[in-house]
Amino acid sequence: MAKLAAVVGIGQTHYKTRRGDVSIAGLVREAAVNALEDAGLGWDDIEAVIIGKAPDMFEGVIMPEIYLTDALGCNGKPMLRVHTAGSVGGSTALVAASHVQSGMFKRVLTVTFEKQSESNAMWALSTPQPFSVHLNAGAGGYFAPIIREYMRRSGAPYDVGIKVAVKDRLHGARNPLAHLQLPEITMKEVEDSMMLWDPIRFLEACPSSDGACAMVICSEDLVAESPKPPAWIRGVAMRSEPTMYAGREEVSPQAGRDCAADVYRQAGITDPRRDLDCAEVYVPFSWYEPMWLENLGFAPEGEGWKLTMSGATSLDEGGDIPWNCSGGVLSSNPIGASGMIRFAEAARQVRGDAGAHQVEGARLALGHAYGGGAQFFAMWVVGADKP
Amino acid sequence: MSEDTEAVTRIETPVYLQYNFTAGRAPARFLERIRQGVLTGQRCPRCANVYIPPRGSCPACGVPTEEEVVLPDKATVQSFTVVAIPIPNNPIKPPFVIANLVLDGANISFIHLMSECENSEVHIGQRVQAVWKPEAEWTYAMDNIRYFKPIDEPDVPVDRIGRLPIGGWEDEQ
Ligand SMILES: [Zn+2]
Repeated sequence: MAKLAAVVGIGQTHYKTRRGDVSIAGLVREAAVNALEDAGLGWDDIEAVIIGKAPDMFEGVIMPEIYLTDALGCNGKPMLRVHTAGSVGGSTALVAASHVQSGMFKRVLTVTFEKQSESNAMWALSTPQPFSVHLNAGAGGYFAPIIREYMRRSGAPYDVGIKVAVKDRLHGARNPLAHLQLPEITMKEVEDSMMLWDPIRFLEACPSSDGACAMVICSEDLVAESPKPPAWIRGVAMRSEPTMYAGREEVSPQAGRDCAADVYRQAGITDPRRDLDCAEVYVPFSWYEPMWLENLGFAPEGEGWKLTMSGATSLDEGGDIPWNCSGGVLSSNPIGASGMIRFAEAARQVRGDAGAHQVEGARLALGHAYGGGAQFFAMWVVGADKP
Repeated sequence: MSEDTEAVTRIETPVYLQYNFTAGRAPARFLERIRQGVLTGQRCPRCANVYIPPRGSCPACGVPTEEEVVLPDKATVQSFTVVAIPIPNNPIKPPFVIANLVLDGANISFIHLMSECENSEVHIGQRVQAVWKPEAEWTYAMDNIRYFKPIDEPDVPVDRIGRLPIGGWEDEQ
């Protein structure tokens, strides 16, 4: 039986196109210092550090964790690097949580980052492969045909993705850390933006950001040593599946459904829309909101878009199940950190510490990340109440 | 540092990567055959699905695949995207169509370029055929097929995409 663990500190950097003022080491340290401050702790209080980022080719710095021990105060302590493509921010948080839940460590610092301004992610995701043609047009090129298939199957109106793009940017405008600040964004502006990978328009895609996110996770007996309310970890789950196999359900991957079922069972959730107060879900392209609403059981198959269009996922429209109140991946995308931001923002909500994007009275929230060809999934449920 | 000297905050440091690829038995056989202009897949002994390019196993069943299946160069559009931005290190000029195509007799799609078509008329279920490079240029690569172009055959209904016999759509009808 896993021991109880909670998030007692959260630290983020501002997310922006380019952080020219800091190196990678400076960037991760900034997030870590913010998390320690939030937790009312110092470097000596940390027993181990778990770090994550997306592929090394993004920045061209191979195994950056090796030189980041100094910046993260973990010389002489255990350090572990996690990598599961775009879901890495989530799985890094889960590896950190398991270090505490196992009883092995009392207090762990976990940090994820990306410095996209130093990188060429499109190049890193488009490397030639020997037995296929060299046509990997980045993540958008991969996901656009899957979105097209969702649109065909569900018969959703063309502007569902446009609605999500506006909704998440309005959420992001409430969050001072969000990269894109677009308080005046309109449906027309999104619709008129350039079609990059049809059916994905420029404003329906995530930005490229620099940034880092950190959390301090500790065991039950040390929770009271930190001043702010904890976010109790109520369920943790990861699943993976092959990218390609005959008959693979690409629109709603089995691994995502299984991962959600596992994490809900642990948290005692039977109806996610009713039982959860909000969710931070990895939506890098706007159409992934309705797709994940179905995959994660918030709506029946083929009907996720109806939830989106009804305003149910919008804080501004007073929706009953707001998604991505922080602005989501559509507002900030330091890839390696993006999953952890989802997990951290879910925790901020149940700690009642989410500022202008707080869902009033939030007690239970989902954090979600996916990566690769939608083949890695990581999720947690955090709550204000001790289980 | 004197005040009129600007701080250096970034320098360009290119990274080059060249690697040798050990294909393994099934992909090596596929590459050897495509060098001769033949598309060779493998059938799963359990679920009977045909994989191309073959990887030597069926991920769905977790069993090795050995039976070779020679496939035609006609395919169906399973889905697609029209790309408006360039691919790094690829001379192809946008906009271009990248399609997920399933060869007749195969049960899994691969991506390839579509050309000789109106981008706005490309659709799911559309029938296409390979346009090969001249034989003298063939090598161990899927690029031996320059692109796929539409052919004058009726569309395949969605529930039959990825399930056509080797003889193709006309055979099935
Ligand atoms: Zn099989």
